[in-house]
Amino acid sequence: MPTITFITAEGKQHAVTAEIGRSVMEIALEKSIPGVVAECNGSAACATCHCYFDPAFTEAIGPVGEHESDMLDFTAAPRRPESRLSCQVRVVDTLDGMTVRIPAMQ
Amino acid sequence: MRHVAIIGAGQAGSSLAAKLRELDFDGRVTLIGDEPHPPYQRPPLSKAYLTGKLAADRLALRGPSFYAERGIDLRLATTVTRIVPAENRIEFGSESLAYDDLVLATGATPISLPVEVGGALANIFTLRTIGDVEEIAPHVGPGKRALIVGGGYIGLEVAAALNQTGVDVTLVELQERILGRVAAAETSAYFRSLHAERGVRLLEGVGLVSLEGEDRVLRARLSDGSCVDVDFVIVGIGVRPSVTLAEAAGLAVENGICVDLQGRTSGTGIWAAGDCASLLWSGRRLRIESVPHAIDQAETVAANILGANRDYRPRPWFWSDQFDVKLQIAGLNSGYDRTVERKGARPGSCSYWYFAGEKLLAVDAINDARAYMTAKRLIDAGRSPSPRDVADGALA
Ligand SMILES: Cc1cc2nc3c(=O)[nH]c(=O)nc-3n(C[C@H](O)[C@H](O)[C@H](O)COP(=O)(O)OP(=O)(O)OC[C@H]3O[C@@H](n4cnc5c(N)ncnc54)[C@H](O)[C@@H]3O)c2cc1C
Ligand code: FES
Repeated sequence: MPTITFITAEGKQHAVTAEIGRSVMEIALEKSIPGVVAECNGSAACATCHCYFDPAFTEAIGPVGEHESDMLDFTAAPRRPESRLSCQVRVVDTLDGMTVRIPAMQ
Repeated sequence: MRHVAIIGAGQAGSSLAAKLRELDFDGRVTLIGDEPHPPYQRPPLSKAYLTGKLAADRLALRGPSFYAERGIDLRLATTVTRIVPAENRIEFGSESLAYDDLVLATGATPISLPVEVGGALANIFTLRTIGDVEEIAPHVGPGKRALIVGGGYIGLEVAAALNQTGVDVTLVELQERILGRVAAAETSAYFRSLHAERGVRLLEGVGLVSLEGEDRVLRARLSDGSCVDVDFVIVGIGVRPSVTLAEAAGLAVENGICVDLQGRTSGTGIWAAGDCASLLWSGRRLRIESVPHAIDQAETVAANILGANRDYRPRPWFWSDQFDVKLQIAGLNSGYDRTVERKGARPGSCSYWYFAGEKLLAVDAINDARAYMTAKRLIDAGRSPSPRDVADGALA
C-alpha cells in the first residue's frame, strides 16, 4: 500500500498507508487528519475536502473533472494549480511518497 | 467527571461526540445507537450503495479506531427505552446511566404504508438504514419490477439507481408533479424528462389505491384505474421525526423536538440536534433533513454544552444525484413568489433562482457548480442579486 503524507495548515505531518481504490478524502477521514471536513462525504458537492497535491504527482493523480474544476474556483482557501477535491482523487500505487497539504480553511 | 450522553449514533450524534473532543472536553462521552453499525453516511444508501457500487465498509463516517482513540464510549445495537429527566438518567434494557448533559440525536423514521392498502404484505420496504438496503438487495436485478411510491428526492434517487441495475421501475406520485413539495415546476420538469428518457415510468397525479397479493405483494392498483405487476415496492413518502422518547419524558414537541437557537430542549440539561429537532426559524418550527445541517447544528450544540452560548444559524444546502445529474440546492425556498432561470456555461447546465420579491431565497443548480457556489455565498451573506443579472448578467 502506498504511503501518503498529509501536512496540516500548522505544518504537522501525518504519514499514513493508504488503501488502493479509496479516495484521498476517505483516507484523511479514516486516519482522522484534521482539516479535511468533507461535508458531502465525497459527492463533489461541498468543496470542503480541498487539498493541495504534490505537483510531482500530477500525472499519476489524473486530470481534474469539469464539475470538480468549477467547484475548485470557489474554495474557501485560494485555488492553486495543485488544488484538487481530495474526494475526487483515487489512491493508486503510483501515489507512493506523495504529500498532500491541507489548507487553513475549508 | 462530567458526563455527556448522546442518544442516536447517526450523523448528528457522531459529529457531536467528535466535536466535544475537538474542543478538548475531557469528561465522559457516551454515544448510544440502536443500529449494529458504527455511524455511517446515509446519502449513498439511495445512490451508489443501492446499486452495489460502494461496499458497506466505505459508508462509515470515521475509521474503526476513531471512537476508542478519543475515549468515546460507543455502544451499538442498544436502544434507549426511557429518559428520566428528574433523575438525570436514561435506561436501556435493564441498564441505567446517569448523565450531566443529554443529547437527543434520534433522527427520523420513514412513514410506512397503512395496512389497509396492503402495507403489511412482504416485499414492501422503506429506506433509511443499511439494514433496509440489506433487505432490499436480494430483490434487485435485471428484469425485476419495482414500484416506487413517492416522487421526492429519495424516491427519485432510488428510481434512478434501480433503473441503472436493470430493474423495470414505475414511480407514482400522488401530487400533480414530482418534487412538488420541495422544488419549483421547472426543476420538476427537468427531472421528469430525465427519468422518462432513461425509461423510468413516471406517473404524476396518480395515487396508490392498494397493493395486492397472497402474502407478498404481486400487483398494485392505481388511482387512474390501471394495475401494475410488481416484484417489490419501495415507499418514499417522507419521514417523521423520532420523538417518542422525548414525548414520554415530557419535552416540548412540535414537528420534532423543540429546541431554542442554541439547541436546548425544554428539559434541563437536555439538548437535541439533527433530523429529530425542530428549530424556530422566521416565526415557524422548522426541521431540516440534511447532512450538513445535522453536522452544523450538532457542532453548535457541542460548543454550547461547553458554555459557548452560540446561536445556530442554519445555512441549508443539499444535494441529490440521479443518473449522471447532480442537483445542488442552497437556501430554503419556502415563500417564493417567482423563479428565474439562468443558463449555465456548460452544455446541459442550468439553475433556478427562487425569489420572494427582490429577496433571493434559494437556488436549484443542475449540473452547474458555478451557479450553486455563487448562490450559496450570496445567500449565506444575505445578499440578493437582481433577477435580471441572474437571468443573463454577471453575478460576482
Ligand atoms: C436514503 C437517504 C438519502 C439521503 N440523501 C441525502 C443527501 O443526498 N444529502 C443530504 O444532505 N442528506 C441526505 N439524507 C438525509 C440525511 O441522511 C439525514 O438528514 C441525516 O442522516 C440526519 O442525521 P441525524 O443524526 O439527525 O439522524 P440519523 O443519521 O438518522 O441518526 C439517528 C440515529 O439514532 C438512532 N436512534 C433513534 N432512536 C434511538 C434510541 N431510542 N436509542 C438508540 N438509538 C436510537 C437511529 O436508529 C439512527 O441510527 C438522506 C437520507 C436518507 C435516508
Ligand atoms: S467531500 Fe464534498 S466535495 Fe469532496
